[in-house]
Amino acid sequence: MFLKIWLCLLTGFLFTLPPKDTKQVKRKDLKQDESKAITIAAASDLRYAMDSLVKVFHKEHPEIKVNLIYGSSGKFYSQIVNGAPFDLLFSADIAYPQKLQQQSLTASAIQLYAIGRIVLWSKKINVSQKGMNALKEVSINKVAIANPVHAPYGKRAEESLKYYKLYDQLKSKLVLGENISQTAQYATSGAADVGIIALSLALNPQIRSQGKYYLIPENSHQKLEQAFVVLKRAEKNKSASVFSSFVSSASAKGVLTKYGFTLPK
Amino acid sequence: MDEAFFNTLLITFKLAGLTTLVLLAIGIPLAYFLVYSKSWFKNLIEALVSLPIVLPPTVIGFYLLVAFSADHPFGHYLMDTFGIRLNFTFTGILIGSIIYSLPFMVHPIQAGLQHLPPSLKEASWSLGKSAQTTLFKVLLPNIKPALLSGIVLSFAHTVGEFGLILMIGGNIPGKTRVASIAIYDEVESLNYGLANQYALVLILIAFLILFMLFYLNRKYLSRKDYD
Repeated sequence: MFLKIWLCLLTGFLFTLPPKDTKQVKRKDLKQDESKAITIAAASDLRYAMDSLVKVFHKEHPEIKVNLIYGSSGKFYSQIVNGAPFDLLFSADIAYPQKLQQQSLTASAIQLYAIGRIVLWSKKINVSQKGMNALKEVSINKVAIANPVHAPYGKRAEESLKYYKLYDQLKSKLVLGENISQTAQYATSGAADVGIIALSLALNPQIRSQGKYYLIPENSHQKLEQAFVVLKRAEKNKSASVFSSFVSSASAKGVLTKYGFTLPK
Repeated sequence: MDEAFFNTLLITFKLAGLTTLVLLAIGIPLAYFLVYSKSWFKNLIEALVSLPIVLPPTVIGFYLLVAFSADHPFGHYLMDTFGIRLNFTFTGILIGSIIYSLPFMVHPIQAGLQHLPPSLKEASWSLGKSAQTTLFKVLLPNIKPALLSGIVLSFAHTVGEFGLILMIGGNIPGKTRVASIAIYDEVESLNYGLANQYALVLILIAFLILFMLFYLNRKYLSRKDYD
């Protein structure tokens, strides 16, 4: 009887396994058949812009289902290397798509879609007037930045702080967000007195209404070249290339500009 | 949004339900072994079974992530033999959940069996019943509260899982985005309203399950003559 239970459960368990390819015996899990759905891994700074882009995309292509996942670019890179089922990667730093290309994990050319900017944001302190000097205030207990190790915006924030010679005195007050979106959440909730977040997030009406921001000068950090690429898994996925072309279209560019991204020349 | 909300909850409870079922099948023999066996490596197994309680979920998640990847011998074997990759799939997080919630099923059953008077088992054996029959017809029926405890704890523990699923699941909507991760995601998006919806549903269901557990325990299962 015990054996019967075991067999039933094992059978049930086997049904949860992902469906197999009907073709070859030695199946390469990397390619996806032509499908009407795409999974996009997007850097967290695109959180509102990408939502908007997908809405516009659906007006022209309502039959294509888009699954969106937000996170830090570095984390997505690791996941993709480990076989994550993403079709497109929108990275906040061109370095990651380049690394993927070197490992033959891409299925298209790398396309620059925007230049990102970082801003100083605070709920209480008037950073728009004080600029970087606001960080010298004694009242500041916590400064939120994204984790420089795997979030491009965090890396640039660190670079800016070092450029303005503020890093050493603020180091003990730093709070690291897992991605730039979480960092913004720390700042808007007041958990951090001030944060360095993405311009694209600062311009979002929800966030904008809660505090003030200051655009950090571009010369204080490396450029935030944001690029996207179609991943190897979606090599044969027509929907992926459709979305890819859409991002280069005028309507998509309009959305990106509206959300504070500078378009690459 | 409603479809996504419903889907997320469906995956969450599907994961918890399947984990609990598999754990019942694995947990009972394991608990039996730990209670009645006189093997020398009993202590080793005991430690291994209890390990997931002590370890941070990310440790288990990390090792599973590495083991499932195609570069690792285990992941490679899976790819070659079955043509599947377990990272970022429902099956992958199911395996993770089973390992993670194992002690929550084994310990209550183990404790239950341990507290049974040995005369029960011996009486059954001396009457000629096999160990298997004894287990299913004599022992298990007498530890129903323990079994119920194990089921509820494993179920609830799996519903509450976060770190492990995040590591090997990848937050893929429709496949590995469970409620606990969805809440985290919505908070990040500043969608506090939606996060609250998920959280409320989870609290409500958790409360109902616990309430049912204690009610049933008190009403039907606590009629023991020798307690």
